[in-house]
Amino acid sequence: MDATVTKGAGEATAPMSPPPLAGGGRGAGAMRGDAPPAPSPITPPPQPSPARGEGVASRSPHAREGVLRASLAAWGLVLPSLVLLVAFTHWPAVETLWDSLHATPRGSRPAAFVGLDNYRALLDDPVFLRALWNNTIYAAVTIPASVILALVMALAVNRTMPGRAVLRMAYFLPTMLPMIAVANIWLFFYTPDYGLFDQVLSLFGLGRHNWLGDAATALPAIIAVTVWKEAGFFMIFYLAALQTMPPDLHEAASLDGTPRFMFFRRVTLPLLMPTTLFVLVNAVVNAFRMIDHVVVMTRGGPDNATTLLLYYIYETGFRFWDTATAATLTVVLLAILASLAVLQFGVFGRRVHYR
Amino acid sequence: MLRRRHLLAATTGLLAAPAILRAQTVEKLTFYYPVAVGGPLAQIMDGYCKAFHDETGIAVEAVYAGDYSQALIKATTALKGGAGPQFAVLLAAEMHSLQDQDILVSLDEIGLDAEGKRWLDGFYPAFLANSHAEGKTWSVPFQRSTAIFYYDKAAFSEAGLDPARFPTTWAELVTAAGKLTKRDASGKVTRWGIKMASDLGNAQWTFGALANQVDHRLMNEAGTRVFFDDPKAIEAMAFWRGLSAEHHVTPEGISAWAQLSPDFLEGNTAIIQHTTGNLTNVRDKARFPFGVAGLAGKAAPRTVVGGGNIYFFRNASPAERQAALRFARWVTAPDRAADWSIRTGYIATSPAAYETPALKAYVEKFPEANVARTFLPVATGELSTYENQRVYKALTDNIQACLNGAKTPKQAMQEAQAESDRILRRYQKA
Repeated sequence: MDATVTKGAGEATAPMSPPPLAGGGRGAGAMRGDAPPAPSPITPPPQPSPARGEGVASRSPHAREGVLRASLAAWGLVLPSLVLLVAFTHWPAVETLWDSLHATPRGSRPAAFVGLDNYRALLDDPVFLRALWNNTIYAAVTIPASVILALVMALAVNRTMPGRAVLRMAYFLPTMLPMIAVANIWLFFYTPDYGLFDQVLSLFGLGRHNWLGDAATALPAIIAVTVWKEAGFFMIFYLAALQTMPPDLHEAASLDGTPRFMFFRRVTLPLLMPTTLFVLVNAVVNAFRMIDHVVVMTRGGPDNATTLLLYYIYETGFRFWDTATAATLTVVLLAILASLAVLQFGVFGRRVHYR
Repeated sequence: MLRRRHLLAATTGLLAAPAILRAQTVEKLTFYYPVAVGGPLAQIMDGYCKAFHDETGIAVEAVYAGDYSQALIKATTALKGGAGPQFAVLLAAEMHSLQDQDILVSLDEIGLDAEGKRWLDGFYPAFLANSHAEGKTWSVPFQRSTAIFYYDKAAFSEAGLDPARFPTTWAELVTAAGKLTKRDASGKVTRWGIKMASDLGNAQWTFGALANQVDHRLMNEAGTRVFFDDPKAIEAMAFWRGLSAEHHVTPEGISAWAQLSPDFLEGNTAIIQHTTGNLTNVRDKARFPFGVAGLAGKAAPRTVVGGGNIYFFRNASPAERQAALRFARWVTAPDRAADWSIRTGYIATSPAAYETPALKAYVEKFPEANVARTFLPVATGELSTYENQRVYKALTDNIQACLNGAKTPKQAMQEAQAESDRILRRYQKA
């Protein structure tokens, strides 16, 4: 997933020098695996390689040998990661695309080429459309909710106050628990009649809720678990960013008598934009990737009310062994993620100021 | 051309030689098994493996693989990846699907001597119903059950019902469940009359029993057709929906299988429909007197069989298949079947097991252990088709939609039928 995002970003950004050099020179550094390099006015433009410049100017055999040696060295440096990337990301992606154009092989019958039939079948598949819709809601709620909550929590614990360490710890705790364990704990919270929520609600005279067994509340219940789990993780990034913010900004603002909210809106928030972009990218990927709790808590039920895209892929691929449809669904998911990444770096990327 | 083929055969032989050598002395087998009920089943299983090792020198590693559907996914995934166990306990109803995927090896192919054939004839025929296809036997009954009711005798007395007499018809059941449903002053339910599982992987089992209760079978023997839109199936669905919508004796929406035992043990529900395999667990944990009864039917009691069989996989070498079969015979021998039944509640798979002194004494002391067995004659086979998991999902989705009030029973059953027909069309042509 990460690689897809990176690739999508690369396509959207300004042209760079030949991929091997750019990848070896810049990407492998601190940014790798974190926020992918995004274009910004402050980022220095890619430097043309001196070796290449020389090669173009004078075409002596000696210089050409130098060019050859330099690019060989570059390729050599890139090779290990290239091999891994091709073997585990690009090749499977291409094969998935290929499989999605074929029927599922059955027993002795090999996979026949069917063109776009699998894609057409998806449009007639009510479960797929339901999963797509569910995932849209899931993403539309979990992403802003967890990011905003993370920011609020980070601001709350970024002050000197008693019990700060304990509070930070409490906020971060959900991140440290494995999702399967979290799901099982929440399964108890949601238990009708004597689960935690129903017990608390009954104190206020409110009746029973079949949180996970009612089609109307099942998806919101799943969303709540996700936000709970994610917000603490994103909070850490915001907290780190807040800690690195120079205190003189705040001092200057208070000398000017800037209202606190104004300071937050005009100074803090813009300075947090790089972090926000990074957090957003992660939140988007997670909105399509986190399904462990669905497996534990609802298995997509009742009547597909909590079926998310990736869960549907898993079910089609490993429960039904309909590999062609699963491949087709995967291509659709990849396309969605790639276009979201392009959108994020294209639209948000331009508004982000890196210091 | 001919020479090249010979050469190929010779090389293959050479390459395969180490495998054959290794296969002749089987030292270790791996098998996957699911646990669908509470209680220390994994420990019991490990104990059997150790005893088998002591006796035969063959180490059997029992890998706990989750519930039935998880175990199925894990086993098929591993096998398709070229690895995986030599045998596994999987849902008996998966036979058609597994066979269709070409990963099973039949008992006939492994080879049964005269004694082996006698052993196979020793099982209850009802438990072998899901084992035969194309004139061959594909699985061995192991942890088999029927669906039964567990009921809270204290609640029965409290509601003015006779704890010794459990309802046998739908009408009586609804009346009893109504009396058992307890509400506080504000009208909030503090105890439900009855609960049945309607989550994915279990709803179809509950429904199979309900359909049998109106004397309706959900599929044909070959597993290529289903009969969901039959008026009788719709009637069964309407009864289920009516328990919450009309009679208010069961909660609205979905009740999950895993939640039923805790609900019953907590006194939250007076009657649950569950497997016999849960009997020992309930016996050990219930803090109130409880009873066990066969499922009521529309006119008379009817139930459904369920549970897991032992399947043997094609990827095992001939010697490994032999060793796996040996383990299957060992673990289903009357003494062990009796022990398994006593320690879990599953029905022992052969009449001979009920003749063993241990099980005879147990049934004498704890008559509940014999209830499920007496309902075998009125039990139907579990829903079992090709593309089994897909058909299960089509049916379950619609059952859940109906229980949530989104579809009428008729709508739900017709849509389940249409979807299943689409899934099974490929098999109906053949």
